[in-house]
Amino acid sequence: MKLDTSGLESFSTLTAPGDGVVVEFSAPPSFQLPNSNDFDGFVKEAIQMVKPAKGTTTLAFIFKDGVIVAADSRASMGGYISSQSVKKIIEINPYMLGTMAGGAADCQFWHRNLGIKCRLHELANKRRISVTGASKLLANILYSYRGMGLSVGTMIAGWDETGPSLYYVDSEGGRLKGTRFSVGSGSPYAYGVLDNGYRYDLSVEEAVELGRRAIYHATFRDGASGGVVSVYHVGPEGWKKWTGDDVGDLHYQYYPVVPSTVEQEMAEATGA
Amino acid sequence: MTKQHANWSPYDNNGGSCVAIAGADYCVIAADTRMSTGYNILTREYSKISQLAEKCVMASSGFQADVKALQKVLSARHLIYQHQHNKQMSCPAMAQLLSNTLYYKRFFPYYSFNVLGGLDNEGKGCVFTYDAVGSYERVGYSSQGSGSTLITPFLDNQLKSPSPLLYPPVDAVTPLAEAEAVELVKTVFASATERDIYTGDKVEIVILNASGIHREYMDLRKD
Repeated sequence: MKLDTSGLESFSTLTAPGDGVVVEFSAPPSFQLPNSNDFDGFVKEAIQMVKPAKGTTTLAFIFKDGVIVAADSRASMGGYISSQSVKKIIEINPYMLGTMAGGAADCQFWHRNLGIKCRLHELANKRRISVTGASKLLANILYSYRGMGLSVGTMIAGWDETGPSLYYVDSEGGRLKGTRFSVGSGSPYAYGVLDNGYRYDLSVEEAVELGRRAIYHATFRDGASGGVVSVYHVGPEGWKKWTGDDVGDLHYQYYPVVPSTVEQEMAEATGA
Repeated sequence: MTKQHANWSPYDNNGGSCVAIAGADYCVIAADTRMSTGYNILTREYSKISQLAEKCVMASSGFQADVKALQKVLSARHLIYQHQHNKQMSCPAMAQLLSNTLYYKRFFPYYSFNVLGGLDNEGKGCVFTYDAVGSYERVGYSSQGSGSTLITPFLDNQLKSPSPLLYPPVDAVTPLAEAEAVELVKTVFASATERDIYTGDKVEIVILNASGIHREYMDLRKD
């Protein structure tokens, strides 16, 4: 199989004066593969050794004024929380966002790669790439690596010439167009809240609050999700971050502590 | 066709812990100098810290052979960069280069856990933390390696600052003076050495600030 290594090409062409070392480093790098009978088993085992961070809740939905994208920020390795400040909403360009679920490095690297490809498209064609096109670029790359152990579950959301647009793309080769998606271990909980509260004619404020509430309730029931709930809105002028709230503080916003009524005042004991 | 092996295991874990703390105008990067394999201590004075650029230092633990290979690739890339641009690479640029270098071994990873510390273009301290296949994040402080599960909660307790994801944003700078940060690093290594068999012997501390770079060492338990 021929691997697409275009993502690793360096863009400045190096002038190598026949020096062996420089030639080696100026050649476009390619993925080095292990020399093993059992490639699949090796990659699986190697990735287990380096312990990937897992567990996520992300969601995105289209409504009348654009797209809402929301996510938590926790990364855990088994029971250990390896980070509470992961940026799971990736800013591809001022009009397009990607979300991160699955392998952190896989998502980060291929979104960075997608950002480069989108910018090149813009320079070549004098117009921004459509969300449809961008999501297909990503889906085609991921499909070319199918079966090699990549783990990506992403939503590409943005505003293009056709208006708001949303796609779900994963490393198994799937690519779906839709108006409402949630991805990750906490997605069943997020879907519960999202489907219950969703209307197409939501205002931006209501939509942002729905996204935040859905992620919050997912972090409440899913141990692998938590940290900070970030909510972005993409409109005709591009994306904007609306809220970023610590789940710990949000809990008391949704469920304020009601001081219980004191049934009997404690009184000083009289004599003994 | 080259010979293939049925049960091929190219990795070893040589242990070790790394810590980095970023301040307003300084950065402290530290690692112990013990190198082990299993219950065997191979050497008590192996430096895990390498200077990649003038204002950019990497501390790495994991598999020594992979770490060495990674350091060689990065220093070669940095040499080429200097010839092409006639300047030192900035720390954020080196951070992304490290991420890409790690990811290009996605299917045969470098078994190395890295923290990168340095000063950015404005002279502010910066710390980048990585997983073995190249996902990275800019943070205020970080710990990697065998003692990270003991050290990270300790640092959280002492230094935790508001999340950079909060909106409206809240300023998040490690509220320590340089000397206090160095003292904290010494304390966390002394503590980790008490409970982690792969951490000990000596801690090497590198301090980067406006006046340049300097190193100091502190002895740790040798048992």
